[in-house]
Order: sequence, then structure tokens, then C-alpha cells
Amino acid sequence: MDWGIILSNLVHDTIVFSTALIFASLGGLYSERSGVVNIALEGMMIIGAFTGAVITYAFQDSLAGGAPWIGFLAAGIAGAIFALPHAVASVTFKADQTVSGVALNFLAAGLSVYLTKIIFNGAGQTTTLSSVFGKWSIPYLHDIPYLGHAIFEAYPTSFLAFIMVFFTWYLIFKTPFGLRLRAVGEHPRAADTVGINVKKMRYMAVMISGSLAAWGGATISLTTTSNFSHNTVSGQGFIAIAALIFGKWHPAGAMGAALFFGVAQAIKSLVQIFGLTKYVPTEFIFMLPYVLTILVMAGLVGRSNAPAALGKPYETGSR
Amino acid sequence: MNRVIAVFTKESFLVPLVAIILGLLTGAIAMLAGGFNPIKAYMALLEKVFGSAYNFGETIRQITPLIFTGLAVAFAFRTGLFNIGAEGQFIVGMIASTAVGVSFDLPAYIHAPLAVIAGAVAGGLWGSIAGYLKAARGVNEVITSIMLNWVALYLANWVMNAFFVPAGQQRSEMIHDSAVITIGWLSTMFDSARLHWGTLIAVLAAIFFYVILWKTKSGYELRAVGLNPHASEYAGMNVNRNVVKAMFIGGMFAGIGGACEILGVFHYQAIMTAQPGYGFDGIAVALIGGNTPLGVVLGAILFGILTFGAAGMKFGAGVPVELIRVVIASVIFFVAAHGIVKIFVKPIMKKKKEGGN
Repeated sequence: MDWGIILSNLVHDTIVFSTALIFASLGGLYSERSGVVNIALEGMMIIGAFTGAVITYAFQDSLAGGAPWIGFLAAGIAGAIFALPHAVASVTFKADQTVSGVALNFLAAGLSVYLTKIIFNGAGQTTTLSSVFGKWSIPYLHDIPYLGHAIFEAYPTSFLAFIMVFFTWYLIFKTPFGLRLRAVGEHPRAADTVGINVKKMRYMAVMISGSLAAWGGATISLTTTSNFSHNTVSGQGFIAIAALIFGKWHPAGAMGAALFFGVAQAIKSLVQIFGLTKYVPTEFIFMLPYVLTILVMAGLVGRSNAPAALGKPYETGSR
Repeated sequence: MNRVIAVFTKESFLVPLVAIILGLLTGAIAMLAGGFNPIKAYMALLEKVFGSAYNFGETIRQITPLIFTGLAVAFAFRTGLFNIGAEGQFIVGMIASTAVGVSFDLPAYIHAPLAVIAGAVAGGLWGSIAGYLKAARGVNEVITSIMLNWVALYLANWVMNAFFVPAGQQRSEMIHDSAVITIGWLSTMFDSARLHWGTLIAVLAAIFFYVILWKTKSGYELRAVGLNPHASEYAGMNVNRNVVKAMFIGGMFAGIGGACEILGVFHYQAIMTAQPGYGFDGIAVALIGGNTPLGVVLGAILFGILTFGAAGMKFGAGVPVELIRVVIASVIFFVAAHGIVKIFVKPIMKKKKEGGN
């Protein structure tokens, strides 16, 4: 067996599995950096996966290769709209942000399958899409042995995800917008004093969060599964939260954690191929990301510092 | 009579009530948008639940685990903790009772209680992991309990596969008859609906919840810590110990719930591909019930009726069963954002005051 090929495939699969997590954890980053807890990432991903699949389905006959792009774009818009109730509840009505997030997760799970059944005559899943994203190969670079297949041959969404990591890092740490966003999440009172509109910033952050998480969901339905059903997302939103915490609310950290969780997923198939399940039960590999997150949070694998005002509604005039 | 009316017009009752109505309205709008008749659908839902002895009995079966997980969330909430991990505690309770039910051969009067206790202890210990991490290392219990839910799911599947599932099967061996807690005569009365002693245990658990929190010294401490941990600390209470204790008791409720599902309803445990969802419904139940034992029981009845009756909506009006998740989600949302509800409640409250009571 050629170890080069195995390793090359492993890296390739890792990138495929990580893409959705990168989008979603970046989404979580915007919201939480602004001080709004977002455990609704799962629901937002579900809405994205659903919208992406349905819109692509609607356009696939007329637009062929362009359809998944329309679907992907629509998913981002749907995600922002879906996130709006979370912003209204947690920013304007000062609701418990965790509870509001729980409600959105419920809503997404119910609404998406309800609508799927209406659109597809009672079937619990969309028909298999005839037009989804194909893999892109970077000219010349993808001819490099092993390395070419590993990182220069991927879905366009993967390339976009890595660009978003860089973009987010630049936006959050190098621009006035990013400074305001962080100020609102660390010390909303001080931000308010210097004239930053705390509510507006938080509304924007939550809606950006919805868009990015929805892109994460659409990535799954438009690349790996080619359809939408109730288990398309199945818990990846929660892993994205874990990646965000693991990555200490930093874009590069979140990306690193997402890649790590992606490896865990990629290894799963590798373990099965080699028959290693005799020694390590697959259930333990499934469990790994969650156990690691708990250990990280307990401070056993390095400390994780959340934004100071995370989860606290801001009342004008409060300290 | 006036006292009864006074209770129901109090804000603590009015907010959930209006939230439920708004939730049902949201569901109705979703149905209209989908081209269904909401009145026909809701009628079909009620018809399903109350139409036959069998279905009525099965609705009671559906309500029972919701009381347990509702109590699990509400108990932790009373001590200032958000127990989003009832799901995992429920699963761990299931597995522990299955293990005891399959492994031992004992007389029924020992076997069944032992299996229930095993579920309770397992659920309690699972809950106290999140409590311990909160107390000892200041870790947010919301995230740890979400993670622990997934760990519980996979751990349970592994334990099942490794010890209790015959090769090539997707479910464990049947538990021994001596561990079964089905009530035979009651089941016969309800056309063999799966009624079991768990329902009675659930009601007792709600009473236990009330007594321990409001009638004992230790309950006073738990509530005090929930209201103001700093003041409690100053008054000489051990905040950390109370946090672990609260999560243990909360987890115990969920664990018994899981045990009763196995011992009373299924009599075996299946390999799970996804979370069964009782714990998440428990969050809704606790919120609707205002985290009081009576409220939890009423909330569980409401959600039990909605989830069981959803099948009737499908049959009677063609509405996909998932619609009911939309209703439940809206109810949770409106309870969470009670500011929105108060906009609707305010005119009613005002009118009452002007009425000159």
C-alpha cells in the first residue's frame, strides 16, 4: 500500500469534511465576539442546507452548472433572515440567549422537513440534485504528486472557506468595524460611551453569523450529500461551537480546530478500511471531538477565554 | 372560584398561556402557507388523542418521560444552572437499566426497583460531571452538557454493541420479565396501550421536587444559591457542593425517565443513530411550566398531547408531523422572549385594572 496516496487522500478528505465546520464556526465567531451566545448554529446550518438544496433544485434545469451558486447565495440570505428572530429576542427583548438559540434549533429541524414534505409531495428528503458543485483543480499546482490531490483539488466552497478565514481575521483585528465588534462584546458600556451603537452592532453580528452558518450547511448539501434530509447536518453545528471554543474565538484558531475535527471524521473511514475497529471502536472516534472540547473547557488542554460580555444583554445606562 | 381566576390571570400563568396561543397561531399560519386547513388539523389532533382508549393510554405514555426530563431541567434551573444535558442523562439512565434488566436474575420485587435505581444513579452521576466541572473549574455547564449529550449517545451505543447486542442485530436482548414495570391490568383496560408504573413514579418525583426544594433546609440552600450565589457564600453555604448536588438530583430525574422507557415501554434498547429528543423537549416543558413541579406536569401534558396527536394531523388533514416541532419551537421562543408576549398581555392586564377590582 502506498502511504503517500493514503496520506494525500486523508488530507483531501479532511478539507472536505472541515469546510462546513469552518464556515459555521466563523459564523459563531461574529455573533459571540459581539456578546451574543449562538448555540443556534446547528439550526442555521440546517436552514442553509435546506435552502441551498431547494433553490439549486429549482434552477438546475435552466442553469445547470450555475444553479448551485444561486443555491449557495440563497442559503446565505435565508440564514441571515432566519437569524433575525434570535437577534430580536436576545438584543431587543433581552431574552435568555441560550433558550432563544434552543428554540431556533427546534424551529429549523421542524420547519425544514415540513417544507421539504410539502415541496416534494410528502417525501422526507429532496430528490438527488443533478447539479452540485464539482471539484476545482488549480492549474499546474494540482499536478504536484500527492500534494496536488491533497490541497490543490477541492470544492470551490473549500477555497472560499479558507478565504473567509483570512477575511474574517483581517476584518476583526485590522478594521474599525472589527474593533467596534470586539468592544461591544468585551465592554458594551464603554463602547456605548464612545458612541458605538451596541444594538446595531449585535444585530449585524447575529445576521452575519446566520449567513456564514447557513453557508456551512449549504456546503454539505451541495457537495458531499447532493440532497437534503433531516440528518444532513446531524450535530455539526454543535461541533462548530466546539471548534470556536477550542480555537479561542480566533479565526485561525477556529479554522485549526475545524480541521482537527475534520481529521477525526476523515480517519473514521480510514479506520474502517484498515479494519482497525477491532482495536478502537468507531464510537470512540465519534466521541473524540466532544471529549476534547470538555477537556479544553476544563483547562486541561490550555485555557479558553470567552468575550467578557458574552451572554449578557445590554441595557442602556448599565455598567 | 375567584381565587382560581386570580391564579390564572397572574403573570406567571398568563405569559406561558399567551405563548402557547401564539405558538398554535404560528403553527396555523405555517399550515395555511402550506395549503392545509389548520382548524381541521387541530381537531384531528384532539380526535387522535381523545378518540380511543388505546390512543389516550399511549398519550399518557408519551407524557411520562417528558415529566421526568422537565423536572431535570427545572430542578437545575432553580439553583441557577441551565441543564441542557437531560438528553444525555436520559440516555445513560436507559443504558444502566437495560444492563441491570438483561444481566441479572432476581425476584421481581428486587429486580425492577434495582433497575430503576441504576438508571437514577447513572443519570445523576452523568449530570454531576457537568456540575463538578462548573464547581471545580468554572466551566459553563451549557456547553459541557451539550457535549456530554453526544458522548452519552456514542458511549451508550458502544456499551450496547460490546455487551448487550447479539451479533448482526440493531437492538439489545429483551430485559428479563422480573425487571418489567408494565402495569398489566391497566394496559388491558386501555386496549393494551403501554402503561407502566413510571407514570406514578413521575408524579411522585414531582412531589419530591416540591418537598425537597420548599420544605427542607437543603432545598432552601439550593434555592438560595440559585438566587444569589455570592450572598449564599457569605451566609456560609457551600456553593460548589450545592451546584454538584443540584446537577446530581436533576440528572437523577432524567435517568429515571430513561429507565422507565426501557423497563415500562420497550423492554429492550435499540442502537441510536440520533438523539431521541426527550431531553430537549424537557427544556420546553420546564420553561412552559415556569420551573415549578405543577407547571412541569402541566407542560408535559401539553407537549405529550401535541407530539402524540401530530400523527392524527397527518392522518386527518395531511399535515406533516414535523409541523408540531414548529409549534413547540415557537412556544419556547415566545416564553424566552417574554418581552414580546407582554406586548400582547398588557392590554388585558390594563383592562382588568380599569375594571376596578
